[in-house]
Amino acid sequence: MLRVLLNRLLTSLPTFLGVTVIAFVLIRLVPGDPVLLMIGERGASPEVIAEMRANLGLDQPLITQYFKFLGNALTGDLGTSVISKKTVVSEFFARFPATLELAFVGLLFSVLIGIPVGLLAAAKRNSFFDYFFMGGALVGYSMPIFWWGLILILVFSVGMGITPVSGRISVFFDVPTVTGFLLIDTWFSEDGFEAFWDAFKHLILPSIALGTIPLASIARMTRSSMLEVLREDYIRTAKAKGLSRVRVLYGHALRNALVPIITVIGLMVGTMITGAILTETIFAWPGIGRWLVASVTARDYPVIQGGVLLIAFAIVIVNLIVDLLYMWVNPYIRDLMS
Amino acid sequence: MTVLKALAKNKGALLSLSVLVLFTFVAIFAPIVAPHAPSQVHESGLGLPPSFVADGVSGFLLGTDDLGRDTLSRLIYGARVSLGVGLMVVLLSATFGVLLGLLAGYFGGWFDAAVMRVVDILMSLPSILLAIVVVSVLGPSLINAVIAVSVVALPGFIRVVRGSVLAEKSKTYVSASKGFGASHFRIAVQNVLPNCMAPIIVQATLGFSDGILNVAALGFLGLGAQPPTPEWGVMLSDARAYIENAWWLVTLPGLCILIVVLSFNLLGDGLRDALDPKLKN
Repeated sequence: MLRVLLNRLLTSLPTFLGVTVIAFVLIRLVPGDPVLLMIGERGASPEVIAEMRANLGLDQPLITQYFKFLGNALTGDLGTSVISKKTVVSEFFARFPATLELAFVGLLFSVLIGIPVGLLAAAKRNSFFDYFFMGGALVGYSMPIFWWGLILILVFSVGMGITPVSGRISVFFDVPTVTGFLLIDTWFSEDGFEAFWDAFKHLILPSIALGTIPLASIARMTRSSMLEVLREDYIRTAKAKGLSRVRVLYGHALRNALVPIITVIGLMVGTMITGAILTETIFAWPGIGRWLVASVTARDYPVIQGGVLLIAFAIVIVNLIVDLLYMWVNPYIRDLMS
Repeated sequence: MTVLKALAKNKGALLSLSVLVLFTFVAIFAPIVAPHAPSQVHESGLGLPPSFVADGVSGFLLGTDDLGRDTLSRLIYGARVSLGVGLMVVLLSATFGVLLGLLAGYFGGWFDAAVMRVVDILMSLPSILLAIVVVSVLGPSLINAVIAVSVVALPGFIRVVRGSVLAEKSKTYVSASKGFGASHFRIAVQNVLPNCMAPIIVQATLGFSDGILNVAALGFLGLGAQPPTPEWGVMLSDARAYIENAWWLVTLPGLCILIVVLSFNLLGDGLRDALDPKLKN
C-alpha cells in the first residue's frame, strides 16, 4: 500500500511541476508591467515600485526567478497578497475549509441521491421512472449551475422564504474557529444547535447547486454500470439459486457496479472545483473560489499564482485519496497495483 | 447516408437538431426577428414583466430590464453572441487540436511526448480555473474569454485526434501508401485524417456546448463579455440584483443557455451513436 502511495506521488510530480511553470509564467505573460498594473490607479513612488519588483523577484534572470519561486513554494512561501498584505498561504487556508465543507456536503448530496436513483432506474429499466429520471439526469448534466443557483434562490429563498439567500451563517452567531468547518464548530459556540441549524440552512442551496452535475453523472453511471453487471453470468447463477431479487441486486450486483461509480466520483473533483468557483460567487460563500475571482478582478497576481498552485495541489491530494479508496473497494486492482 | 439514417431514428438528436436550427435562424436574422434594438432604452417601461402576466405591456413580449431594454430582443441578439462564441471556440480549438494531435500521433517521438505532457498538465486543472488563469493574463473581454475557453478545449481535441491517428496509422492502407512512395504529408492529411473524422465531429459538437457554457460562466463572473453586450451570462449577472422583483430577468437567459447546451449534448450523443455503433451501450 505504501509503495503504491509513493509511486502515485512520484507520477504526479511532473504534472505538478508543470503547474508550477504555468503559475510562474502566468505573472510574466501579462502585457505591460505587472507591478504597474497591480498598483493601478493607486499610484506609488519609484522606491516602492522598485521594492515591489524586487519582492516579486522580477529584477532577476528568468531561470533564477523560477528556481527561487519553486524553492519558496516548497518551503510554503507563496508570496503576499497585494491587496490584504497577508501571505497567500494564510489567506488560502483561512478560506479552504469553507470550500471543502461545501464540496463535501455537495458530493454527499449527489452520492446519496445519485446512486439510489441510478439503481432503481436500472432495476426498473424502460419504466416511466427510468425515463423520467434519466431525462432529468440529462438536463442536470447540461445545467449552467450559475443559473441553477439563482433559480434555487428565486424559488426557495425569495418565493418560499425557507432558506437564506447567501453567506455561510447569520451574523449574530459568534462561532469560534476550531476546525474551520461550521457544521462542527457551531457545537462549540454558546448557541449550540441553533447556530448549527442556521449554518446547515445556509449550506442547503449551495450544495444542491454544486451537487447537481455530479448527481446527474453519478446517476447515469450507476444505471449503465448496473445494467452491465446484471448481464453477467454470475448474476444469472445467483438468480437460479433462488436468491431474492433484493439480494441479487444489492448483494451481488451493486458491489461490482461500484467500481466505475467511484471512478466517476473521483473525476468529479475537478468539476467540483469549477462548480465551487461559480457557486461561491452566487451565494457569496467565503471560500477559495470567490477569493480567486476577486483577485483576478483586482489583478492581485501573487494571489492568483499561489491560489492556482494550491488548488492544483489540493486536487492531486484528493485524487490520491480517491485512488486509495478505489483499491480498498476493489481487491483485484489492489493486487494489480502492488 | 447510413449515418444520417441512424441519426434520423434518434428522436432526441432530431429534436435537438431542430432546436439548434431554430436558434441559428434567429441568431442570423436577429435584426429582422428582434422587435427592438438590443441596447435601445425605453424610458417609459423600466422593469416591465412579460406581456402575458399582469402589468405586462403588449409591445414587450418578455418584459424589459431595469434600464428599459426589451428582454426578448436582448435574448435574440444573445443567441448571436453565444452561437458565434461557440463556433469560434470550436474552430480555434479544432484547428490547433487537429494539427497538434495529427503531428503527435503520426510522428510520435519527442514531439508526441512533449505535447502529451502539456496536455496532461492542462487537463489536471479544472476548466474554469484554467480559463480564469488565461483571462487574468489577457484581461477580461469577450474575445479573451473565447481564447481562454479555446485553450481549455484544446487538450480534448488533441487526445481524440492523436488516439484515432495512432489506431489508423498501423492499418495496411497506410503501409500501402508508403509502399507507393507517398509523402508523409500526403499520408497524414489525405489518408489518415479523413478516417479520423468521426470522433472529431463528435468532439466538435460537444465542444460547442462546453464552449458556450464556459464563456457564459466567465461572462457571469465578470471575466468575459462586458455590459452592455447582450450576452446571456452577462444578462444573468446583471439580473442578480433584481432577483426579488424581476423573475423573468433571472429565468430567461439561463433557460436559453440550458436549451442550447442540452441540445448540443443530445446531438453529440446521437452523432456518436450514429457514427460509431461500437460505442453504444
